[in-house]
Amino acid sequence: MRFRLERQEAVSGIGVLVAPLLALAATLLVGAIMFVVLGLAPLPAFYIYFIEPLTDPWTIQELVVKACPLLLIAIGLSFCYRANRWNIGAEGQYVAGAVLGSWVAIATQGTEAGPWVLPAMLVFAAIGGALWGLIPAFLRVRFGASEILTSLMLVYVAQLGLDYLVRGPWRDPGGFNFPRSVSFDPVATVPLLFEDGRLHAGIVIAGVAVLVAAFVLGRTLVGFSIELGGSAPRAAAFAGFDEKRVTYGVFMVSGALAGLAGIIEVAGPIGNLQPAISPGYGFTAIIAAMLGRLNPFVIVPASLVLALTYIGGEAAQITLRMPFDVTRVFQGTMLISILAADVLVRYRLRRVEGAAHA
Amino acid sequence: MPEFTILGAVLASIVAAATPLLLAALGELVAERGGTLNLGVEGMMIVGAAVGYATAYGSGSLLLGTAAAVAAGVLLSLVFAGLAIWLAANQVASGLATTILGLGIAGLIGSPFVGTRLDAAPTLHIPGLTSLPVIGEMVFGQDAFVYASLVLLAAVGYGLARTRAGLVLRAVGESHAAAHALGHPVRRIRTLAVMFGGACAGLAGAHLSLAYTPFWASDMTAGRGWIALALVVFSAWKPLWLLAGAYLFGAVSILQLHVQGFGLGIPAQFLSALPYLATVIALVIISLLKRGQGAPASLGMPFIPDR
Repeated sequence: MRFRLERQEAVSGIGVLVAPLLALAATLLVGAIMFVVLGLAPLPAFYIYFIEPLTDPWTIQELVVKACPLLLIAIGLSFCYRANRWNIGAEGQYVAGAVLGSWVAIATQGTEAGPWVLPAMLVFAAIGGALWGLIPAFLRVRFGASEILTSLMLVYVAQLGLDYLVRGPWRDPGGFNFPRSVSFDPVATVPLLFEDGRLHAGIVIAGVAVLVAAFVLGRTLVGFSIELGGSAPRAAAFAGFDEKRVTYGVFMVSGALAGLAGIIEVAGPIGNLQPAISPGYGFTAIIAAMLGRLNPFVIVPASLVLALTYIGGEAAQITLRMPFDVTRVFQGTMLISILAADVLVRYRLRRVEGAAHA
Repeated sequence: MPEFTILGAVLASIVAAATPLLLAALGELVAERGGTLNLGVEGMMIVGAAVGYATAYGSGSLLLGTAAAVAAGVLLSLVFAGLAIWLAANQVASGLATTILGLGIAGLIGSPFVGTRLDAAPTLHIPGLTSLPVIGEMVFGQDAFVYASLVLLAAVGYGLARTRAGLVLRAVGESHAAAHALGHPVRRIRTLAVMFGGACAGLAGAHLSLAYTPFWASDMTAGRGWIALALVVFSAWKPLWLLAGAYLFGAVSILQLHVQGFGLGIPAQFLSALPYLATVIALVIISLLKRGQGAPASLGMPFIPDR
């Protein structure tokens, strides 16, 4: 008895919705096995990991705060992945944006600079992220170098550059030799939405990004040319869409959004520039984009789910003394499950008699 | 002759630094010649490093640790193969998923061992030869991993070019439809090639945690798996060029360490970034020179038999 994959011509609407849920179920199953292997009772561990954070208003706010950078980056990545351009270096673009944006904050530190500082930081961060993202785009268009590898290599370069700045020229002279910049002035800080809470204005920016991205991708010619360039490059060429412009465009958008995520995080929850400004948001956002099926609206709940793995991981670290790597295992399993579930939706598993060879 | 001694030591350390790159790249080269792009190298490598270290620490046997590392690399490669070959999922995404999962699993396995140390795998001394000036230490004073990498290189080079199995593998990588029509089990062959890649990545990880830096640190592979992927492109999918590429990168990473040691006033982070920048530059140069020549024609394309 053998099984064979058969492509289904029409993908059912239900299947598209079921696949991510199927993937989440598979992830929880693997998670349960992992907890047992680690010597923990699965149900209480799941409770601490996934339910308890949702019972407390403070951690729910924290969840939204953690989802904010994931959402921004994943929205940008959905442009790249729809166009079949594999930008896996969003983490580097996030750092580059944070650095260039922070430069404005540090340069105006202690001066009489007005309320224009924060908008300027956001603009510079978007430019920084976009420029960092345009490097692999340029290398691909001009030389044919694989954007997968170059974008990833630039992550390490950006992180080392940040490390140099906060340990060297940008180190706070009054900071007891800790590798961090000065704390940003109030005009250089992302304001909180409510007086006593964690939600900040960056979440509004992320929300706007979702709406704009959904409009551009779903309702404009630009969005169509991105989609077509990814799924049928030859047809796109015949239609007169410029492949190079698409490459530059999607890398610029995803770099800019990752850069924005970087400065919002640094000028918001963190408050100054440090060597470690991201627990891997740039990589986790790849999973958020996939789980969200590259659709800006679906990426919103997907980002919240992935933010929950961060929050739950922190909680489990404290109460269960579980290493934080449990979160990475969850995230990796989730991506694998999504990819597998996607296939099972698009193809039908059919039993075949006889011996068709593999 | 102290200069000779220093030069000899530097050359020897270049070979040592290049070995994990060579091992991992060799395995990936075989997988890619069969038509599968496995971006999970970094993940398989770090799982190999963690499992190898944990096993060697627990059992006291470096050999057992190495075997466990290889087995762990193969196991993780099967996750990738299941997704990318048998379910025909996107290879780039499948590889990324494998790397993310591998980093997590390795962290879990390694976390009890943070701060411990092992005795490094011994270097094999050959009386008379190891004490030769300059090249003695480089050629004859290495650990078993280095020799294993060179034997594997020769075996892969010979196997791909001169054996029937190598011919079939290349056929599968160049045109899976034609190979399928000839009756070759395309997906099984690809799975075997990916498993070989996993074994090599696991071995590369074992070299890192058992010989090169005999302790466990999370993220200790530091992107070497990705550099190995770039090396395969750099080699234009030819094993001998892999040797040149790996040793060149070994040289870059060792020389930047020595320059840091001299304290020329260049910030350490700039020097640490050199191997990554060199990878980008190498990719650009090779793309300029070859324009994708040498890449297996079916690379990255999933195979779905229609009958």
